[in-house]
Amino acid sequence: MRRPPRRRSAVFDSVTPLGLTARYLTLLLVLAITVGPMLWELATSLKSIAEDVYTASPRLLPQHPTLGNYGRVARLVPVGHFALNSVLVALADVTGNLVGATLAGYALARLPFRGRRLVVGLFLSTLVLPGEVTIISQYQTVAKLGLGDSLLGVGLPGMIGALNVLLMRNAFLAVPAELEEAAVIDGATVLQRLRFVALPAVRGTLSVIAILTFIGAWDDFLWPLLVLQSPGRLTLTVGLSYLRGAFSADPRTVAAGAVIALLPVLALFVTLQRYFFRGVGEGAVKG
Amino acid sequence: MRPHLTRAHRRYTPWLLVAPALLWLAVFSLWPALNTAVLSFTNVHILSGGRFTGLHNYALMWQDPLLRDAIVNTLIFMAVCVPLLTVLPLLLALLVQRTLPFMGFFRTVFYFPVIASAVVVALIWQWLLDDRGLVNGLGRQAGLLHHAVPFLTDRWLLLASAIALTVWKGLGYYMVLYLSALGNVRRDLHEAAAVDGAGAVRRFRSVTVPGVRGTMALVSVLIAVSSMRVFTELYVLGGRTGGVGGQDVSLVMLIQQAAAGSDGRIGYASALSVLLFALTAGPLLLLARWNRRGER
Repeated sequence: MRRPPRRRSAVFDSVTPLGLTARYLTLLLVLAITVGPMLWELATSLKSIAEDVYTASPRLLPQHPTLGNYGRVARLVPVGHFALNSVLVALADVTGNLVGATLAGYALARLPFRGRRLVVGLFLSTLVLPGEVTIISQYQTVAKLGLGDSLLGVGLPGMIGALNVLLMRNAFLAVPAELEEAAVIDGATVLQRLRFVALPAVRGTLSVIAILTFIGAWDDFLWPLLVLQSPGRLTLTVGLSYLRGAFSADPRTVAAGAVIALLPVLALFVTLQRYFFRGVGEGAVKG
Repeated sequence: MRPHLTRAHRRYTPWLLVAPALLWLAVFSLWPALNTAVLSFTNVHILSGGRFTGLHNYALMWQDPLLRDAIVNTLIFMAVCVPLLTVLPLLLALLVQRTLPFMGFFRTVFYFPVIASAVVVALIWQWLLDDRGLVNGLGRQAGLLHHAVPFLTDRWLLLASAIALTVWKGLGYYMVLYLSALGNVRRDLHEAAAVDGAGAVRRFRSVTVPGVRGTMALVSVLIAVSSMRVFTELYVLGGRTGGVGGQDVSLVMLIQQAAAGSDGRIGYASALSVLLFALTAGPLLLLARWNRRGER
């Protein structure tokens, strides 16, 4: 089948060789802007103390690559310990959201009960409330619970997010009800229906929630900054924010610290990106 | 409603399933929201009870010179970020949307800055923009600069740097929002317009933009709101103090500063929080109105 000829623009209509070249060149430029700063940080973290990092003509590749800066940053601040704290908080939040948001989302989507619309409305209403607005009062609540300056205090409030409940509700609503009706006739209980019929159909949304919750908790800064005071209990982001200035003026050491915080989430994302973009395609990311 | 689904569970089962989420909502969202409003009328400090002081905190805000700086900074943030982050990610989404080699790779890597923590990104940019960092180095090498540009110490350059960082970090996030919206733009409309001889620019304006108009409205509201919520970027980039003169502050930084320390002024911080809420409610209400009009 032949298509009528049409006018093309070089970048957005790239079917011609010229158009393809223009498209890929633009993409490469954006790529350089996106990963360039990260690569520069990585390179800096691998440069030895003997190498001048302030050279008038900047050099990306280290002359004698070394991991010495990683040892040095670990001696300045307990990076490994901070990282473990961050992992604990992130895992608690992921588990809490997967369980809590699934249960609530399922009930709100599938089980009719009096007051359901009111409950959905309550969850919706908090979406217009930026977290920063309530953060001071939330800290007071956590402190009153005796959880100030503790990792539990950092992780607890984020364990069931209103947005995740609504996302799970939407995901369950998109599952054809006929699937479950068959299970009802077979005498399955609510939890059996959820576990064996509905849950397998919403794996995309579950993985997006898991990925975003983990990354959100790992990257979070203001909340752990408010909650934590003891140097031994800091999460990685809070610990690193003290790195420059207070502990080190050496860009190599700071760079090593930054890379330690950066690489795990990037690796996690690259491993799971297939599920992420598939889940996004299913509409798991909206607003 | 399907009757047999209704009868298949006991009356309290749904409440059992909703209970944990409701508890969290009540303890960590609804109660703090209410409490913030109440605290804003008190002089509660972090270690002392305090008492009601009426509108005193709100009167104090008028005389707070830092609050004026924070609001000016926020307005500049919004003025730059809203247009840039509404348009650039859409163009980027159009570039990576086609099924061509390496598009998955580009999509993934463009999302990297989103995943990186703002603290890490700010540390990276601090080194880039240092007096002896990469940007100044390249500028000198190219003969463009004769002395270092004080990106991190000048009151306005620091703000500009934080804005640039925010745009850089936000590109991938909004690109993904657009990607999922573009999936719904009807292909046949594009084809038809192309057959009619519409060029790419024309089709972008007449087919793509109308197709993602709802998403563009959503994105610009999200950016406006997140411009008001800036914290980490300015806090870390400005060395925790809001730059050398302390004027590169945001509303959230003021909230944090007011509440920090052993004499933290919870009452005043709460009043600032109420102000933040009032400001963010504007764009969100606007969005709700657009949506309602769109449904009609």
